[in-house]
Amino acid sequence: MPSAETEPILGVVGLSAWYGEAQVLRDVSLQVRAGEIVTLVGRNGAGKTTLLRCLMGLQGRYAGAIYFRGTDITKLPAHRRARHGLGYVPDDRGVYSTLTVEENLTLPPAVGPDPWPLARVYETFPRLRERRSFPGTKLSGGEQQMLALARVLRMGARLLLCDEPTEGLSPLIVQQIGEILREVKRQGTTVLLIEQNVHFAATVADRHYLLAEGRIVESLDNDEMRAREHELLDYLGI
Amino acid sequence: MLQQAFNGLVGGAFYALLALGLAVIFGMLGVVNFAHGAFYMLGAFASYVLLDSFGVNFWVALVVVPVVLGLAGAVLERLFIRRLAPLDPLYNFLFTFGLALILQDLVKREYGVQSQPYPRPDLLSGTVDLGLFGYPAYQVFVLAVSVVVCAAVWVVLTRTRVGMIVRAATERPELTRALGIDVARWVTPVFGFGIALAGLAGVLAAPMRAVNPLMGADLIITVFAVVVIGGLGSIFGSVTAGFAIGLISALGNLYVPALSQTLVFILMAAVLLWRPAGLFGREEALS
Repeated sequence: MPSAETEPILGVVGLSAWYGEAQVLRDVSLQVRAGEIVTLVGRNGAGKTTLLRCLMGLQGRYAGAIYFRGTDITKLPAHRRARHGLGYVPDDRGVYSTLTVEENLTLPPAVGPDPWPLARVYETFPRLRERRSFPGTKLSGGEQQMLALARVLRMGARLLLCDEPTEGLSPLIVQQIGEILREVKRQGTTVLLIEQNVHFAATVADRHYLLAEGRIVESLDNDEMRAREHELLDYLGI
Repeated sequence: MLQQAFNGLVGGAFYALLALGLAVIFGMLGVVNFAHGAFYMLGAFASYVLLDSFGVNFWVALVVVPVVLGLAGAVLERLFIRRLAPLDPLYNFLFTFGLALILQDLVKREYGVQSQPYPRPDLLSGTVDLGLFGYPAYQVFVLAVSVVVCAAVWVVLTRTRVGMIVRAATERPELTRALGIDVARWVTPVFGFGIALAGLAGVLAAPMRAVNPLMGADLIITVFAVVVIGGLGSIFGSVTAGFAIGLISALGNLYVPALSQTLVFILMAAVLLWRPAGLFGREEALS
């Protein structure tokens, strides 16, 4: 394997985070290699969203270190992290109602070597072309999720931080999101994905971290994930 | 009645300019600027002092005063306002309200509470024939300036990249940062711009309203009602509500004079009962 494949694009060391007095992350360490799709699996409240917010620089109080592409970004403000190549897809999709669909796509600056041109975005997501001049929030939930994904692809982000993109969506849309993630992987983009759908996670991702009460309790590969699907589903309460 | 309606629109022109500034500041900084009325008053006083002590005419003041107040606003944001955002909103209230009182009292100490005279510019001293009735040229000018400024701001907001960033940062500041935009860099000019609009309204007010230290405090209460009716943080809403409230209160004055002072607040209560986020506000903006 070439070294670019094995070198971690993201390294998290001893990350702890608090909301007020309550500690929500405890000494989390993990690595994501370039080109991998890695999921974070865990119950609600396990700290998955907080972890992504820490990575993006949106979490108020945390300790530990975050390395991205060889740089210590622990102290960088959110917009500088994005400019290093982090693409954030928040849990509520983050679609602006006061911006049109096309403005939602073109708001962020290009941050990577390979940003998708608008033409490619519209080719991949024809629905967004049809609705390009509608306010972003006039789209259906699934379309808004596509818009949020398309936006970070247009940025050319090197690492996508996706907070449960399949939540509440129909199986057909979930399948489409899976196809997009596989295409993203083919072009060499890395993805860190929060996912409750264990089956879906095993079909798109390479590895999985299981979070519980703010700690990483296990690291699983796809075979282990599939073998323990029922046990994990029970554990997650789904 | 048409003439009264026109008076209302001219009154609304001031509400719209002030509400627009408050709305962009609240939207982008999350700060309710209780000192906004004081900057309006400073705008009027600055033009008075420029004319009275330095012989600088209205037209120069119309350009210079908003620019200078806008720069002062930018400095104020850098030194103080920026520190308010992460704190309890109570500090926001105390600081901006306290600032308003300080500015008012400084002016009061120098010029007393009586109103200062400010003549209309010669060019606009006549009347304009509007077909059905003649109307003071100066009032027509005020209305025109306000409409042009609001329309220009609208075009910048909806058609330019800067406008897109301001809209995005107003709706979701945190997300906008996460998408690679340095929101903090835009905060200072936006605050300065909002203050400049208040200053512009003040200069426009000088020749037609009493120039005294309390003129801003009297007006700003109504402007807050306007902003709430339009929807906190909604730029379009506050401008529309500004003109609409001006019109409605002038007509109310004509038909139900007893209610002239309270009509705006009755309207505000009614709108809040019907739509808690205001006419053009977004419900989710409340949470």
